[in-house]
Amino acid sequence: MEKRMQSHRLLVLPAVVLLSVMLFGCNGNGNFSSNTDAAQKVYVAPGELDEFYGFMSGGYNGQLGVYGIPSGRHIFTVPVFSQAPVNGYGYSEETKAMLNTTHGFVPWGDAHHPELSQTNGETDGRWIFINENNTPRIARIGLDEFKTQEIIEIPNSAGNHASAFVTPNTEYVSAATRFSIPLDTDMSNMDVSIDSFKDTFKGTLSFIKVSDEGKMNIDFQILMPGFDYDLSHAGKGPSDGWAFFTSYNSEQAHTLLEINASKNDKDFIAAINWRKAAEYVKEGKGKMMPGKHVRNYIDHEEGGIAKSETIDEVRVLDPRELDGIVYFLPTPKSPHGVDVDPTGQYIIAGGKLSTVIPVHSFEKMINAIEGEDYEGEVMGIPVLKYDSILHGEVENPGLGPLHTEFDGKGNAYTTAFISSEIVKWDIESTQVLDRIDVYYSPGHLMIPGGDSQKPDGKYLVALNKITKDRYLPTGPEMFHSAQLIDISGDKMQLLLDFPTEGEPHYAQGIAAEKVMENQTRFYKLEENTHPYRATSEAQTKIERDGNEVHVYMTTIRSHFSPDNIEGIKVGDKVYFHVTNLEQDWDVPHGFAMLGANTAEILIMPGETLTMTWEPKSVGVFPFYCTDFCSALHQEMQGYVRVSPENSDVEFKFGTGQ
Amino acid sequence: MKASHKIWMAFAALLLIGVYLFPLWSISMEAPQYPEGIGFNITVDNIEGKEPQDLKNINGLNHYIGMKSIEPASIPELQMMPYIFGFLIISGLIIAATGKRTLILFWLGIFILLAIAGLVDFYLWGYDYGHNLNPDAPIKVPGMTYQPPLLGSKQLLNINATSLPHIGFYFALVSMGIAGMVWWKSEDK
Repeated sequence: MEKRMQSHRLLVLPAVVLLSVMLFGCNGNGNFSSNTDAAQKVYVAPGELDEFYGFMSGGYNGQLGVYGIPSGRHIFTVPVFSQAPVNGYGYSEETKAMLNTTHGFVPWGDAHHPELSQTNGETDGRWIFINENNTPRIARIGLDEFKTQEIIEIPNSAGNHASAFVTPNTEYVSAATRFSIPLDTDMSNMDVSIDSFKDTFKGTLSFIKVSDEGKMNIDFQILMPGFDYDLSHAGKGPSDGWAFFTSYNSEQAHTLLEINASKNDKDFIAAINWRKAAEYVKEGKGKMMPGKHVRNYIDHEEGGIAKSETIDEVRVLDPRELDGIVYFLPTPKSPHGVDVDPTGQYIIAGGKLSTVIPVHSFEKMINAIEGEDYEGEVMGIPVLKYDSILHGEVENPGLGPLHTEFDGKGNAYTTAFISSEIVKWDIESTQVLDRIDVYYSPGHLMIPGGDSQKPDGKYLVALNKITKDRYLPTGPEMFHSAQLIDISGDKMQLLLDFPTEGEPHYAQGIAAEKVMENQTRFYKLEENTHPYRATSEAQTKIERDGNEVHVYMTTIRSHFSPDNIEGIKVGDKVYFHVTNLEQDWDVPHGFAMLGANTAEILIMPGETLTMTWEPKSVGVFPFYCTDFCSALHQEMQGYVRVSPENSDVEFKFGTGQ
Repeated sequence: MKASHKIWMAFAALLLIGVYLFPLWSISMEAPQYPEGIGFNITVDNIEGKEPQDLKNINGLNHYIGMKSIEPASIPELQMMPYIFGFLIISGLIIAATGKRTLILFWLGIFILLAIAGLVDFYLWGYDYGHNLNPDAPIKVPGMTYQPPLLGSKQLLNINATSLPHIGFYFALVSMGIAGMVWWKSEDK
């Protein structure tokens, strides 16, 4: 059973049948001899907590999934780039602005690569960043409240895929262009023939500065040849100060890329000396160029209401004018992932069409740069010689190597998409040590801290792209499947399958104690600064301004105040500003209004959220609490009387007796 | 009384300063929905939640069974207690200064009477809260009253309430003990 099942599937089949019969009650796939052992390793007894948080990007659901590791329990979903009717994110007046862009309100996003903030190359549990591929953006989620606190748009880019990777002290978070676009000399997107790709299309790499409080601003963009920039990781240790971006389509094809962008034997990893670039920026080098983008942020000074600001310009650095910020490392073949080992010495590419995994040496790269050991240049960017920078190649690494993570013990783990396995290999000797089948076709993989300088090399999660028969069938569409693998020993051991929401691309993991200590349990009422708050029932009121009506409402177990409202008219726009007066852990109240053309709002204790309702006909309409808050939750309801547009029904509201 | 006895008596009086620094009594509650616990402490002049929001939440829960809201400002005993202990400290110090042994007995007598009165008062408050319930309460369990225990634990519907002395109480107890010892030891041979 040590050999790869892939190549011996037919021979193994009778044995599998036999074993399945013999091991009555065992669940077929994976590691047949040790299901009890595996079960013990993932069993988190009722009331016990997982050892790690796992953050899995939601892919096309635009959100961030939170899982317990090793149990695989899905414990939360943080709404990020997509509206979330579950709690009103992107619907409520307080959160709508988070989804603003220069293209207007965008209700959906494609979230790919979460990355935890780091201090001294170690995950610190302050924030997690995640990119949006479709309408280029980066979000910052506060891990004190598991809430999206800021989203910044990336201008002069399209397809923000090589993002959101951080430098070892979270100085920068990166972004890059996957789908190059025709950029004019003033950085504007041009109305040109797509045929002009090679002449007009460009990419940009963006470095977003992160302040101590987390505020993001684009410090600089580097103008790049029009390739597809795919993934990235920052250097660390000796390579701190550098960042590496893979590219494919150095052929610069603009149609049928699957053929036309797969021709070159080697594409490039772009090595960026970000520290040097930052120095250029400090010296005022580069040019401020048009680059309109929107930054949305939660304004904690004013009630936690999301605000949007538009920034018109960005600083653009042109490597043709500024030396020493970009070098190209030739890398076979349409490389996908680029991963830097925990020591910071080696840069590993997932050449997805390559038969080997190339491992570049940072030290050799620096020597080659210092010796100007170039084989040519592209758009003014020196191209180093492959043989001069290579540490070694991993032979027989599986088919379709994509991504690599590390255990901090000198081993690397690479996903092989096509041969559907994970391959463990020794970084120094580049020898394959072990391999394990996964089900099926892994994309990214994740070891908690596995891309930092201090991995917790205990578990590995394979994030698989194909699910098929792993769970009870749910029609043609199904959740993706992750697999938990024990990597604490010499041999990898498959422990657990668990379904994941959306399409997880990259994921991050962190020791639970780094995050759980800082959790907000509820918001303090006395710190509520919302302009429409009512922090006691005495402050509840209704105000009319033309056809706008503002209801200052409160909730507490188990009633609304007011719960009877009269004086609303057809044609009014009613704002229900609901403050949850509870000051207790896990007592949210929900608010839903019959006929409202929006989602409910789920109000956390001490918080104020606003829902709008535009009644279209006369009558009496109920509202109610949507969250089973208490034994008398079903009684938590109220009525709004709606009168004709021209009526003179006076405001009447309250809780009566 | 010997000088050392005077010092001990003064120490006994000054120990009562602890009453101002630490709560006198603790009521803690456990319920399935409160794995983190909820409760309040009675201090010399206040009733304080163990967490800042606890009293508000206890009052919120109590409204279901029609129990009166606990409002520290409306409890006159809490206004009197700081003066009572102030009187004990000052009078104790005066006794230590004068060194009159029989006065210790008076002091102890008053102290013990006040302590008993305090516990009786506490019991009566508990009785009142537990029995005089709002007839409009949403939850009415026939025959059920909600008087918290004076000392120890008691199951009240889903809540297990535990009432125990807190650090300030032990300061008073030790003060009482030392004063008793001083009286005992200072007997003329």
